[in-house]
Amino acid sequence: MPGPVFAPREHYRSDAPAYSLLPFRFDRRDNGDYLLVNEVGEYIVLPPPDFQGFVSHRLSAEGASYSRLKAKHFLSDSNSSALFDVLASKYRTKKSFLDGFTKLHIFVTTLRCNQSCPYCQVSRQNESAGAFDMTEEMLHRSVDLMLACPAPAITMEFQGGEPLLNFDMLREGVRYAKARNEAIGKHIDYVICTNLALLEERHLEYFEGQGIQVSTSLDGPDYLHDKNRPMGKGPSHAAVTRNIRRAQEALGRQAVSALMTTTRESLKYPRQIVDEYLRMDLGSIFARDLNPYGFAVKARGALGYSSADFLRFYKDLFEYVIEINRQGRTFPEAFATLVLTKMLTPWPIGFVDLQSPSGAGIGVVVYNYDGDVYASDESRMLAEMGQHTFRLGNVLEDSYSDIFFGEAMQTIAAAACNESLAGCSDCAYQPYCGADPVRHYSTQKDIFGHRPSSGYCQKNMGVIKHLFNLLLDGGVDLEPIFWAWIHREDVKRMQLPKPAWVSS
Amino acid sequence: MGIQLRARAQPQGEARQVLGRVTRAPVDEARRADYIRVIPRGNTPAESLTGYAAVLMEGARDLASTGVTVHGYESLDFLRDGYIGLVDTGSGQTRAVYRPDSDYNVLFATDRCNSNCLMCSQPPKEVDDSQIVTQHLRLIELIQAPPQRMGITGGEPTLLKDGLVQILERLKVRFPETLVLMLSNGRLYAYEDFVQKLGAVRHPQFLTSIPLYADNALDHDYIVQARGAFDQTIHGFYNATKHSLAVEVRVVLHKQTIPGLFALAEFIYRNLPFVRHVALMGLENMGYVKKNWDLLWIDPVDYAETLEATVRHLYERRVDVSVYNLPLCVLPNALWSFARKSISDYKNIYLDECARCRVREHCGGLFQSSETRHSRAIRAVP
Repeated sequence: MPGPVFAPREHYRSDAPAYSLLPFRFDRRDNGDYLLVNEVGEYIVLPPPDFQGFVSHRLSAEGASYSRLKAKHFLSDSNSSALFDVLASKYRTKKSFLDGFTKLHIFVTTLRCNQSCPYCQVSRQNESAGAFDMTEEMLHRSVDLMLACPAPAITMEFQGGEPLLNFDMLREGVRYAKARNEAIGKHIDYVICTNLALLEERHLEYFEGQGIQVSTSLDGPDYLHDKNRPMGKGPSHAAVTRNIRRAQEALGRQAVSALMTTTRESLKYPRQIVDEYLRMDLGSIFARDLNPYGFAVKARGALGYSSADFLRFYKDLFEYVIEINRQGRTFPEAFATLVLTKMLTPWPIGFVDLQSPSGAGIGVVVYNYDGDVYASDESRMLAEMGQHTFRLGNVLEDSYSDIFFGEAMQTIAAAACNESLAGCSDCAYQPYCGADPVRHYSTQKDIFGHRPSSGYCQKNMGVIKHLFNLLLDGGVDLEPIFWAWIHREDVKRMQLPKPAWVSS
Repeated sequence: MGIQLRARAQPQGEARQVLGRVTRAPVDEARRADYIRVIPRGNTPAESLTGYAAVLMEGARDLASTGVTVHGYESLDFLRDGYIGLVDTGSGQTRAVYRPDSDYNVLFATDRCNSNCLMCSQPPKEVDDSQIVTQHLRLIELIQAPPQRMGITGGEPTLLKDGLVQILERLKVRFPETLVLMLSNGRLYAYEDFVQKLGAVRHPQFLTSIPLYADNALDHDYIVQARGAFDQTIHGFYNATKHSLAVEVRVVLHKQTIPGLFALAEFIYRNLPFVRHVALMGLENMGYVKKNWDLLWIDPVDYAETLEATVRHLYERRVDVSVYNLPLCVLPNALWSFARKSISDYKNIYLDECARCRVREHCGGLFQSSETRHSRAIRAVP
């Protein structure tokens, strides 16, 4: 009986040896290698000869680089067509943050505040100024708009001012949203952004009963925080740290998070800031630079710093954060986690500052205390400075489609895709970054912006490049830490587990 | 030793295939059509033997009965009461096709296949099996207690096309709780209308296990010896997911897959992140493997590093991953918790060396076919 006949590998090669390049962008690394990134965020590093051979269509199909480039969607040849469909699916997946449209709905129930931070980006008003509260009619109409958005899962976030100064309106907003949503059935997360100074027991009871998460501001240890965030009646650091503890006890550690803002003073204390977050048992840190809005613009001389200064600070802070995670304590830096998710996974992220199309109006919307609707938190900050470019409409005067598809939204959308912005369109890091027309309008008087002098660009590119350097050269123990952050998992659980039957 | 599953006696005239539950005790006449009556050596039943699906006898005797009767079996001890047997009168062979006491039961869907993999352990045969779907449906009827798991294998089960849809439907109606695992090359899943029909069954516990051997068409097509197979399988993964059919990936580890294994893991995570599970499987020295030994054999200890890096890559990404068919002593300790007892009971063995091993009870052992040809690293773990 004749046995089976097997064909050699060569038999399965297609006849046409030519290949085409798929869309990608590249950068040169410090060591001379090329870093290539494609539309869906997959990357590959090539030594110069392979890169030159690849782009001039001379790369041998037998070399190792060829099949890696093909499997990662940098080239295509006639040997497979399925991969095109896969690439399309991956692209849709990466852009699926657009599904359901606006998901973050910010309510400014009051612009009054009990603190007087010199970097205040929203141009807060004095505690007693009555004209800066949202009316109930505006509030109801805003909630109706929120619930009209198609997204099945949304976040209702209360900002200010200090929302605790208008607590009744917050309660009414949550009550009305829940009542209206009964027939609609969306999943709604509730968040209050508060400095916690005015926190009372009844507030905590209410947050716990309603499942409201707390986001507060903590800039670091007392000598830094009190300087950054002064409060009339006494030291704000003592108040916020005491009340973070109370909130953690009442609501659980996971329900309380904090944001820090970096001032020129902060640059001196990267490690001390991290230590303060650890001391307060906060789950992560988000190293944020100063946004160029509100009082921060006026105070730039006293508070500001260059992008290079910030990046130096960020890297120091990050190094310390890594050290802590290496010691077995899970403590992510949130901005890096977002970027790493874009770099290492096939999934999108829902962070409005790193999106293309930009988050403004599309991912986030702000209902201001006066009934005006803005495309983002930054848009209303600009409005307080007299610039109403990004005012989408008014809740009492305009319909859903007027607001979300009107002229202001069209203006933003024109500059919302970094795929087509000068300086971004050919940037290797474009898929990991975003577009921010509002910020560029604010800093450069141009929604399209000028990348070489853009602080947004310098900071994001600096962080992304730093993460690449760590990933590619930083040691094998970094990846498990990064994956723990991405999965929100304990770093210790990233080591390969022992079988249950092995006794240690 | 593995477990005996078949025995042969004298061929009996007209070629027929008969299924039935095995019994050694008499059964009411009304229910006899569902039963195969086994007459042990030395027994001579007083009552009539008419009406059984088949009567099987140890030893060469010829008791009077109507219908299918096969005699001359040396021993039918393996064919326990309650098993379901398949008697082939043409060859005189009887097989145990369903064993209620085993967790490794399969519907052997067909002998045919549309691929011809270099390492196929069950080489395809071009046979006329037009009646086979009826037989599978009958087998499902004969099973009494719901099995925990049921395999569907072959050959390539999807070649049954609509017949497969019927089988899945029947399984769902009879045993909705039973986990059904089908081994398929996934190529016919490239046809969306077919996948849609399978998806429409809405079987709650159906998993298709599909092999992928490389991150590129050239290597995969060569290994499965079918041009265009990679494209079909990739489309298949996507169609399955689109129609809510759960899928897992299987990779057989050998000299042709090891060099691209890590890249394949990267490819799976970035391109098939929806797969439920990835099984990395040691080679079974059966079928074509014997013929292609030099082309395929690589000692598992020589790819341990690649295997560990691959598992680590998938584990970090929270892709569920397992290692099948490799004994613990040839694996790095770090991979022990990923090793599964994956070898079906009837072909699972341990070596003499294993008797002294400290971790034997946790180890999956070897294929019977590896008894003499296996890794040089096999040794009792002290």
